[in-house]
Amino acid sequence: MGRYFRRKLLLYGITFFIAVTINFAIPRLMPGDPVSRMLSRHSVANPESSQALRTYFENLFGFDVPLWQQYLNYWTALLQGDLGVSIYAFPASVSSVVMDALPYTLALLLPSIILSWFVGNGLGAMAARNKWLDNTLLPIGYLFTAVPYMWLAILLAWLGGIILGWFPVAAGYSLALTPTLSWTFVLNLIHHWFLPFLSLFVVALGGWAIGMRNLVIYELESDYSNYLRSLGAPQRLVRRYAFRNAMLPQISGLALQLGVVVGGALVTEVVFAYPGLGSLMLNAINSQDFFLLQGILLFIVIGVLVFNFLADVVYVLVDPRTRLGLEGGQS
Amino acid sequence: MTAGITPDAEVIGERGEHLYFALRNPKVVIGLTVVTALLLLGVFGPFFVSADPNEYIGPKSTAPSGEYWLGTTYFGQDVFAQFVHGLRSSYVVGGLGGGIAFVIGLSVGFTAGYRGGIVDELLNMLTNVVLVLPALAVLIVISSYLEVRGVIAQGIIIGLFSWPWVARAVRAQSLTLRNRDYVDLARLTGKRAPQIILKEIMPNMASYLLMTVILLFGGAILFAAMLDFIGLGPTDAVSLGTMMQQSMAWSSLHLGLWWWFVPPGMAITAIVGSLYITNVGLDEVFNPKLREM
Repeated sequence: MGRYFRRKLLLYGITFFIAVTINFAIPRLMPGDPVSRMLSRHSVANPESSQALRTYFENLFGFDVPLWQQYLNYWTALLQGDLGVSIYAFPASVSSVVMDALPYTLALLLPSIILSWFVGNGLGAMAARNKWLDNTLLPIGYLFTAVPYMWLAILLAWLGGIILGWFPVAAGYSLALTPTLSWTFVLNLIHHWFLPFLSLFVVALGGWAIGMRNLVIYELESDYSNYLRSLGAPQRLVRRYAFRNAMLPQISGLALQLGVVVGGALVTEVVFAYPGLGSLMLNAINSQDFFLLQGILLFIVIGVLVFNFLADVVYVLVDPRTRLGLEGGQS
Repeated sequence: MTAGITPDAEVIGERGEHLYFALRNPKVVIGLTVVTALLLLGVFGPFFVSADPNEYIGPKSTAPSGEYWLGTTYFGQDVFAQFVHGLRSSYVVGGLGGGIAFVIGLSVGFTAGYRGGIVDELLNMLTNVVLVLPALAVLIVISSYLEVRGVIAQGIIIGLFSWPWVARAVRAQSLTLRNRDYVDLARLTGKRAPQIILKEIMPNMASYLLMTVILLFGGAILFAAMLDFIGLGPTDAVSLGTMMQQSMAWSSLHLGLWWWFVPPGMAITAIVGSLYITNVGLDEVFNPKLREM
């Protein structure tokens, strides 16, 4: 078990290191000059103040020292939690702006990931032994996995928000309210949260159901299932073993899917103007706020790594082979 | 299976047998028909509509009619013209992004799986790192630094970040194949590693690789649509994703211009969904156990 976790932690450490390095390298490798683009955004006519702004931005990027020192400075600042100052939300720091948006994204992501995983696996396992359910679930499942996240979000906003008028289609809470811990406000939050959540939940559902169905069918045909059946074990018992074995790939799949789901959450938030990281990213792009953009990327990478590690822990708890240092749970 | 429809295996051979079953598998036929139909629309459609899909040609915000098949946008652009141009960009991005990811994934996977040792350790590490990175977020940051974005550039950067699961799968497969007797025999006869991989190992994975290409193609189209929707689409062309972005930016939801945002998303769903269904069908074709006949 120790070896398994050491390998995993090493992998995540390297990933984090590479992500930070990519983050550092992108503005320096890309064609074009980010500083002059930021300047043109601010459209300063006066050449003197333009020069002052340029020096200011170049200092922010730290372009005035040699490259290796820029890299070291970047790491030092990062480890102190300093991601720079946001230009879009000036003078707030990038970390504080991201921290404000983070709860909204987590509130969308965590319930939708976990619920769709459980419901999808349940449906898939049922479909594996019910011909009728299989024939309806499979096409619908494939349809949902093929739907682009934002299109489903748009359709849901159109149906539930405009045509039926049941749900609001923008913002995280009604702007007439001030954020307080009252029932009205919490209900209002949930009211605004429901459609984006539903959209993320539905898209992910199909993939889990299909995956589980295929895995259970595969397990039911394997040797141990045949052996159990020939011993006269009740069908329920055989199915339970098949289901438990099929869970393992689904848990590692959860970690693998995470990057995709996070991407989906970003665009879904944009559709609903939901005040999470996705909308923040859009604002950062529109106002050419590269510090904010890179700060968000870093937060997403850290979040994905933490979640991956949690999935690993769950895997160890579920799969005894990893605990005993046997095969299984390859890095 | 009745004797009447059994192909004469000796005459037709394995390849012919696969084609025989593929053409009789409803999933493959339906899937490929939809993909091909939309491809043809994307290839030939633009020749029949105005060359500039952003041209203001007609009345603003009109519903679909005989003259404007998919209606017009808030500014009076022809949605159908944008749609066929957008289809074309989607296929280009899908082909390019999927193709690049396939080549990288294949090279990394085969090298790692066949060579083994330290090369395998390093490549496997690289694969896992790229696999864990949230691809869309990285793509967003990279694209936002590009001032001029084209369909080609988009395809390339998507390809650079969507190969890892292919490499992983190919590595696992070649690990099991490399110790087979016929590979040993090929090695004894003095064949070199690239030759063995190309001539001995790859043909045994051909069916799997074909399905990989299909999934990569669909994945690249979805990725491109998401990037476009965030506003990082091609600056010089119309794509299905930018259509949705524009429609949302000019509040088509509230104005009820459903013909602006429904067709592009539906086309993407149709392409990607048909590709998935083709894949399931191909699985049945290549794996006789799954055939329903």
